[in-house]
Amino acid sequence: MVRIGAFLVGLFFAGWLLISFLMGAVAYISEPPQPTVEHEFHLAPKHVSFSFDGPFGKYDKQQLQRGFQVFKEVCSACHSLKFVAFRDLEALGYNEAEVKAIAKQWAIKTPDVDPKTGEVAGRDPVPADHFPKPFANNVAAAAANNNAIPPDLSLMTKARHHGSAYVYSLLTGYQAQPAELLKQFPDAKTPEGLHYNPYFANLNLAMAPPLTAEGQVTYGDGTKASVDQMAKDVAAFLTWTAEPKLENRRAAGLATLVFLAIATALAYMAYQNIWADKKKAA
Amino acid sequence: MSFPWAEHYTPKHPLMQWVDEKLPLPRLVYNAIGAGYPVPRNLNYFWNFGVLAGLALVIQIVTGVIMAMHYGANDLVAFGTVEQTMRDVNGGWLMRYAHANGASFFFIVVYLHIFRGLFYGSYKAPREMVWLLGLVIFLLMMATAFMGYVLPWGQMSYWGAKVITGLFGAIPVVGEPIQTWLLGGFAPGNAALNRFFSLHFLLPFVIAGVIILHIWALHIPGSSNPTGVDVKGPQDTVPFHPYYTAKDGFGVGVFLILFSILLFFAPNYLGHPDNYIEANPLSTPAHIVPEWYFWPFYAILRAFTVDFFFVPAKLLGVLAMFASILLLFFLPWLDTSPVRSGNYRPTFKKFFWILILDVLILGYCGGAPAEEPYVMISQVAAAYYFAHFLIILPLVSRFEKPLPLPGSITESVLNRHNIKGEEDALPGMGADPQPSHAG
Repeated sequence: MVRIGAFLVGLFFAGWLLISFLMGAVAYISEPPQPTVEHEFHLAPKHVSFSFDGPFGKYDKQQLQRGFQVFKEVCSACHSLKFVAFRDLEALGYNEAEVKAIAKQWAIKTPDVDPKTGEVAGRDPVPADHFPKPFANNVAAAAANNNAIPPDLSLMTKARHHGSAYVYSLLTGYQAQPAELLKQFPDAKTPEGLHYNPYFANLNLAMAPPLTAEGQVTYGDGTKASVDQMAKDVAAFLTWTAEPKLENRRAAGLATLVFLAIATALAYMAYQNIWADKKKAA
Repeated sequence: MSFPWAEHYTPKHPLMQWVDEKLPLPRLVYNAIGAGYPVPRNLNYFWNFGVLAGLALVIQIVTGVIMAMHYGANDLVAFGTVEQTMRDVNGGWLMRYAHANGASFFFIVVYLHIFRGLFYGSYKAPREMVWLLGLVIFLLMMATAFMGYVLPWGQMSYWGAKVITGLFGAIPVVGEPIQTWLLGGFAPGNAALNRFFSLHFLLPFVIAGVIILHIWALHIPGSSNPTGVDVKGPQDTVPFHPYYTAKDGFGVGVFLILFSILLFFAPNYLGHPDNYIEANPLSTPAHIVPEWYFWPFYAILRAFTVDFFFVPAKLLGVLAMFASILLLFFLPWLDTSPVRSGNYRPTFKKFFWILILDVLILGYCGGAPAEEPYVMISQVAAAYYFAHFLIILPLVSRFEKPLPLPGSITESVLNRHNIKGEEDALPGMGADPQPSHAG
């Protein structure tokens, strides 16, 4: 009974799947799917090398500081960084006093209640505070940005495939819409208020090119602030904000693997030793 | 427990004798995974995965309990508390990554464990109950993993929960009320998150309980072995301890090395970037995909694209997805061949490897976007999956002519050593060694 029932169920599922396949195949041949503009013109992130590449790479603190400067002077006008606190900046090589000063001088105030009157008011951030958000809420953010809400950047490099390279490519990828594209897809013209960027998933994004001119920021360490350099530095900084424990993780991993290699070798020898008599004679 | 020649627990120390009189727990352990459990001497490395699955469960429970100490099961804060665990809790990043990748390793070893059982016929009499309980564990694991993936409340968490609970909506008439009842609302929200957290904490302990039953049921006939030939006498077995504890010790080492490589050097490799975006009910991700270990089943679900008269394609897909797992419960009665091990079943062996390839193809299609040609490929692959278990296997076991089996486990071991050219004179060895496998 079981086998007859199974045979019928199997025949039904397998048969219907094959019929569905044939119908799909006929449709596929008679009406091949049309390529979409995203499929044709979207580009994978550029190849770019960072100090933290590879299994043992480390952050370049100078670069992270430069990237932080770009974030502070450019990105932070619209983007929040809500999972990062000012105190975390000590990992970039700033000392306690510097962190305190960075927090105090931050352009956006931390919302709080006045301890005397209880009224809601902004105050200067302290190192324990997370980076304050540039907009009070999503409605305000959308109203100020042509209806698009600038996403939080704390985790951006982990929230995209090849995130570090993605951020770099996006920031350096703005360009005029290729004539080829308009010829092939006349309806795909970038709408008013959006900007063409082939590294963005749907090719048109609301953010205007943020890094436009060499020397837009003035680096303290004398590095030339080309658009390429700024994009790379801020991509490195955002990799750190997304994965601040990267160096601890890799160091712990190396120690763990050394330990496990020794332990496993000993376990193998113990195994061989215990089985020695069984492998020779019955 | 299983064989009359099993070693008996004899506590020497007065304290252990006292404990044994009041509560014979050490005796139970001794008989279950100690020297008191005789095991076939010829087990290969595929028999390591049961212990490794147990280890994976322990890793999940330890890291999970610690994660729960820092987690806030509320849709407004859940995503942030997981991030806080990663950033501000001492070793929190390690717990989180170990838990997320531990789930993947749990499934890797359990899949290898299941395919070991499929190849060596471990599901056949007298071990049907072991197989059935194992499938119960597998179903519980899937439920636990699914609910656990919802907890970080990222985009894939939210939309995965929406798609999977939406499957219940495909059931006619009662489907939508059931879906609303399961979620505690019309869409995943705080109510769903809270109950998923509660169940995600509970189910691993249910799994631990069923594992005890699984091992209990295993110890009645004793472990199977790569020849599938029954144990005939003491010369065929070795005590579990120290022989297999030592071998498992080595297996655990290899497992932990591979696990550490992923955990410390590519912890997000198996995850989806979208889950680092906080859940947003107003923004649907371009491609909603579950975690990799559900891909083959997801491919079966999506393979049904055509309504069967009044039965909608979506409902067929849901039925087929559940059927693809439930049919495994009938396997002991579908495969009637008395020969257990695939090594002695030439036709079965060929179809077994086709099945492995088929499941890998299904997995690939399940992770790919729902576009052609992936849908067409998964339709053919899913058709084979059902045909394999429900049509081919019963026919093969009926018409196949198996190869001659070795006379005993010991004989096969000695034979293997002779093939390797070891010339040791072996007492008790049969005069005519088993002919090596033809073809």
